[in-house]
Amino acid sequence: MAFLDKHKIIEKNASILLVLSLLVVLIGGLVQIVPLFYLQNTIENVQGMRPYTPLELAGRNIYIREGCYVCHSQMIRPMRDEVERYGHYSLAAESMYDHPFQWGSKRTGPDLARVGGKYSNAWHVDHLSNPEAIVPESVMPKYAYLATTELSPEYIGDVMATHRMVGVPYTNDEIANAKADFVAQDTPDGDTTGLLGRYGPKVTVADFDGKPGVSEMDALVAYLQMLGTLVDFSTFTPDASR
Amino acid sequence: MWDYAKLIVLAAVALLAAIAANYAHDLPYMVNAIEVAIAAAITFIYVLRLVGEDKTSTPNEYQDGVIRAGVIATSFWGIVGFLVGVVIAFQLAFPSLNLGNVTEGILNFGRLRPLHTSAVIFAFGGNALIMSAFYVVQRTSAARLWGGNLGWFVFWGWQLMIVLAASSYILGGTEGKEYAETVWYIDLWITVVWVAFLAVFVGTLVKRREPHIYVANWFYLSMILTVAMLHLVNNAAIPVSILGSLSVPVYSGVQDAMVQWWYGHNAVGFFLTAGFLGMMYYFVPKQVERPVYSYKLSIIHFWALIFLYIWAGPHHLHYTALPDWASTLGMVFSVMLWMPSWGGMINGLMTLSGAWDKLRTDPVVRMMVIAIGFYGMSTFEGPVMSIKAVNSLSHYTDWTIGHVHSGALGWNGMITFSVLYFLTPRLWNREGLYSLKLVSWHFWLATIGIVLYAASMWVSGIMEGLMWREVDANGFLVNAFADTVAAKFPMYVVRGLGGAMYLTGGLIMVYNLWMTVNAQPAKASAYAAVPAE
Repeated sequence: MAFLDKHKIIEKNASILLVLSLLVVLIGGLVQIVPLFYLQNTIENVQGMRPYTPLELAGRNIYIREGCYVCHSQMIRPMRDEVERYGHYSLAAESMYDHPFQWGSKRTGPDLARVGGKYSNAWHVDHLSNPEAIVPESVMPKYAYLATTELSPEYIGDVMATHRMVGVPYTNDEIANAKADFVAQDTPDGDTTGLLGRYGPKVTVADFDGKPGVSEMDALVAYLQMLGTLVDFSTFTPDASR
Repeated sequence: MWDYAKLIVLAAVALLAAIAANYAHDLPYMVNAIEVAIAAAITFIYVLRLVGEDKTSTPNEYQDGVIRAGVIATSFWGIVGFLVGVVIAFQLAFPSLNLGNVTEGILNFGRLRPLHTSAVIFAFGGNALIMSAFYVVQRTSAARLWGGNLGWFVFWGWQLMIVLAASSYILGGTEGKEYAETVWYIDLWITVVWVAFLAVFVGTLVKRREPHIYVANWFYLSMILTVAMLHLVNNAAIPVSILGSLSVPVYSGVQDAMVQWWYGHNAVGFFLTAGFLGMMYYFVPKQVERPVYSYKLSIIHFWALIFLYIWAGPHHLHYTALPDWASTLGMVFSVMLWMPSWGGMINGLMTLSGAWDKLRTDPVVRMMVIAIGFYGMSTFEGPVMSIKAVNSLSHYTDWTIGHVHSGALGWNGMITFSVLYFLTPRLWNREGLYSLKLVSWHFWLATIGIVLYAASMWVSGIMEGLMWREVDANGFLVNAFADTVAAKFPMYVVRGLGGAMYLTGGLIMVYNLWMTVNAQPAKASAYAAVPAE
């Protein structure tokens, strides 16, 4: 084929080869990624989404640190069995404040997208401490050390400020009161009006691990208990064009 | 003069790293800072000892020292990666191996799994790619590596990256994106080393004495370029503090998912496919002493492969909250990708035309052929699994794990082993390998190991997929999630055994290579000193 003979122009010049390869590999990503940032129907319009409270955000960082996403998805697909087992299928809106996303790719353990409120705080503490004591078939590692590790709120305001830089709508008020809100969510008999005023009345306030002080266990359980509970599905209508 | 500048920079790095360790916000950052301080101090002493010495280079010789180091590093990290893989495989069968409450999580599955994936992809695979690219680009360009000791910088920079990443993973430093778990400052370091790699490679191509750029180099070049692009875009993040390992990625939710799998699938497509096809295109013709089957096929399948691969990412997100149009595009391109993938397989296999008898006599050729065979099988399985109907069953299950391993163990592992067997006698100037019989043992242990691995994961993946969706006559789910976990136990044991066989084969290879260097007589003519003219 004479056309292919022209290829010798490319393969005799490293610069042309380099530039052409780069152009060829750019196209797919541009077409698939860029529209997701401007197409209006990419993220559904829903009621109820809010940024994480300081304690939940700290818990989420522990979730990521321990690699929970390696075995647990947070993405319910719209198949019958998944909706039966886990609840309403996941919306893009539900992870709009997730930097990074935690959809996962493998279910060695069950999906956690709507685990919030499904079990008691005590159940989570017992299960995380020794999964096999609660679910004999479980292959999950033990995380009892989380309950004995104190969690300092020292940098949580900085973490929230960084999240604001990438688009999470934290207010100045929320960042200024980060440390107070962090402790308040774990202190049910304290003053929680500030926390509930900033993040809404649905925020779970509890001494999650039943021990004084804020431990990593408190933060992780606070995060797990809010997963999938934010969106008000009574006001949600699916968009068929999506 | 240049030496003194280096000394000042290294001293400053060591000092700043020590100070950073002192003010660290978290443990992984502190340990990494100490490691950087030690690495800078060692380099400082090394440079100091050489100050003022005559550093005459030999521009007419190939730079093979860095490739010898690469052969050793590839073998070493291969064993480490396989070993961690075997450990986590058995952790899934016997969870008490996690030692969760004893070691404060350091050896838990969630922390070792990124260690395993990074060790095999970036440490074993990465060293194999850098080492073989340096070898191939010198031989096919008839030129010494460009940039003086920049090749050595790439080598040691990459090893430092591996050590930093490994220690931060087990201490809980992660960015939380699969196959891109390295924290922000390691990402920056990877970028520096990778740009140096690109510079050495392109620099050598530019000063080549052959008119044509050989086909293997097209693949290496597109791999280096594309991986740079993927790495920079996917890891875009803002550090919370310059003194901590935590950073916040700039994308969120659905966009982050799309960027992540555009990265994730093309880490497979370019790092583990295009780069390793570069190996195939040089070492298979060399070992079987036949030319590449079809020049035209190589042109067509090269451009088709790099164009189509980049679209395939969304097949990791079927039926998720990713918009349907993107997921459908991903499926269509993944199915089309079957063709250029098999173009590569055909070109590799048919290179044996007229030399098929070598399959009986040369176990290294056998290893190359089975590698290409596994490449063909996993690039057929991949498009099948990317079809939405199939994916609805296979997604989230062990089937995906089996698929990945038939590609990684079968294709990447086997082709790398054959390259190591090819290079060691030549680089150390020895009369052939120590033992071809041991190569055969390696071949069969690895092959049977892969078969056990892939077959057990097919069974467990399809079984759990079917169990999850099983409903009774009244429409209720039949199985609790825990039932599916219990049912997978026998398959997890078989998978662990398959992995252990593969690891044993790797250990046999290391022994064989060690004995080749230490016990084989030197070759009569000094191969390594042949001038590059």
